[in-house]
Amino acid sequence: MDVFSDPANRDVYITGFLWILKLTLAGGAGALILGVLLAAMRVSPVPVLRGFGTAWVNIFRNTPLTLIIFFCYFGLFSTLGFSIADDIDLNNFWLGVVGLSVYTAAFVCEAIRSGINTVPPGQAEAARAIGMSFRQTLTMIVLPQAGRAVIAPLGSILIALCKNSTIVGTIGLMESSNAMKDLINANGNAVIAIFLVFAGTFAVVLIPTGYAFGWLAGRLAVKR
Amino acid sequence: MSTDAVLYDHPGPRAKARNLILTIVFGIGLVALLYWIYSRFDAKGQWAGSLWEPFTQASTWQDYILPGLLATLQAAAVAMVLSLAFGIIFAVGRLSDHWWVRLPAGAVVEFFRAVPLLLLMFFIFFGVPFITEQPMSIFWAVVLGLTLYNGSVLAEAFRAGVHSVPRGQSEASYAIGMRKSQVMTHVLIPQAARAMLPVIVSQLVVLVKDTALGYIISYGELIQLGVNNLSANFGNVVQAAIVAAIIYIIINSLLTAFAGWLSRRTRRKGRAPRAAGAATQQATIEPGLGGGGGTL
Repeated sequence: MDVFSDPANRDVYITGFLWILKLTLAGGAGALILGVLLAAMRVSPVPVLRGFGTAWVNIFRNTPLTLIIFFCYFGLFSTLGFSIADDIDLNNFWLGVVGLSVYTAAFVCEAIRSGINTVPPGQAEAARAIGMSFRQTLTMIVLPQAGRAVIAPLGSILIALCKNSTIVGTIGLMESSNAMKDLINANGNAVIAIFLVFAGTFAVVLIPTGYAFGWLAGRLAVKR
Repeated sequence: MSTDAVLYDHPGPRAKARNLILTIVFGIGLVALLYWIYSRFDAKGQWAGSLWEPFTQASTWQDYILPGLLATLQAAAVAMVLSLAFGIIFAVGRLSDHWWVRLPAGAVVEFFRAVPLLLLMFFIFFGVPFITEQPMSIFWAVVLGLTLYNGSVLAEAFRAGVHSVPRGQSEASYAIGMRKSQVMTHVLIPQAARAMLPVIVSQLVVLVKDTALGYIISYGELIQLGVNNLSANFGNVVQAAIVAAIIYIIINSLLTAFAGWLSRRTRRKGRAPRAAGAATQQATIEPGLGGGGGTL
């Protein structure tokens, strides 16, 4: 473990995981907002909206994230001239967030839509039968039940997003996978220790997160 | 639309008018967006024939796109076979009666599901040569990484599948005097495998998408050859990326459709164990996100 007693190496490690954290938070926020919008489109009674949502999901769910991030940099930024920030690192970070958001939003949309599908039609019928308006039915009956069914899938999406954010390294951001690569190339005598520290950090954070979401989903599940 | 019943009544005249207005407003917005993309491309000269023309020539496909696609499919296919073996072994390991088999198997599966695939590939490709003092074959670095991750995901899926086989099946097998190993190999795994077929095919989508990570360690797959190298020659990175994306979308849509057909078929034949409906549905709801995803 003497690799990490060198403060420079510790900095590389910390900076790498700070990027991962920022990417996860920003990408997660973007994906959640976009995903909710897309889900609303996909369950709306308007065919054009439904078509747009369906097209989005099918395009981004079936394209590798690597290609999407690649396109964000070489397509959006280099060729089409979209730049978000002047600082190179920040610009790459935001390009990465755009890529992560549009990709993950497709999965968020599907999770929410399948959550709505778990609500039995009888619930809404009963709500209407006792005279609730559309808005009341939606906010008091359907969404609370759908929300509980959505916790576990959204949890796994968040975990996947955190792992996927390493892919932003491909456009030059020094996140943890690039940080690990550099440390390995500089310290060939301690590769296993370096890998275990980086992989262990992910494992220590993500495995309990997964169990926590599973426990929460079980607690809140609608007993039918 | 199965959501209609939950969310909406049949539209009356006012709702119909509102939907029509929404359709028109959004339609205009969509057309405006498409036009904006078009003009943005136009301003950067992206509609120039010289950028799109290479895709009409056989040599472009023969030299770049098809070899890349072949490498992608090869890595995915080899990793799929290995993942299945890994998945079955570790699923059985986690279901073992002996704690000294169960715990390590569980630890391995949990670990590889939590570690980003890219980190794993970097370790195998850049780190392992330091240990073995042999250069690492790039193909095997990609395949091993894919196998460890997807094998772990499949192990979890199999475990869920074995649990979903009705209890009476294993009780009956024990009753006629089978040993645990026989119950596993003759009764539980065949039934679980049939129930999990759609999940396995869905996992293929994840594999095909994850081979793209090979581009980052310069494995000559579709993005490396068909986008990176191709655009280096013709200066058409946007166009090449769009073509590659279309190829991925076609392959993965076909796989998804196949998985859907399989799950409908198993349900129709009444072969799917009762509880597996939920498990397979859960797994097909979330076709993995690639490098992650899958069900918890």
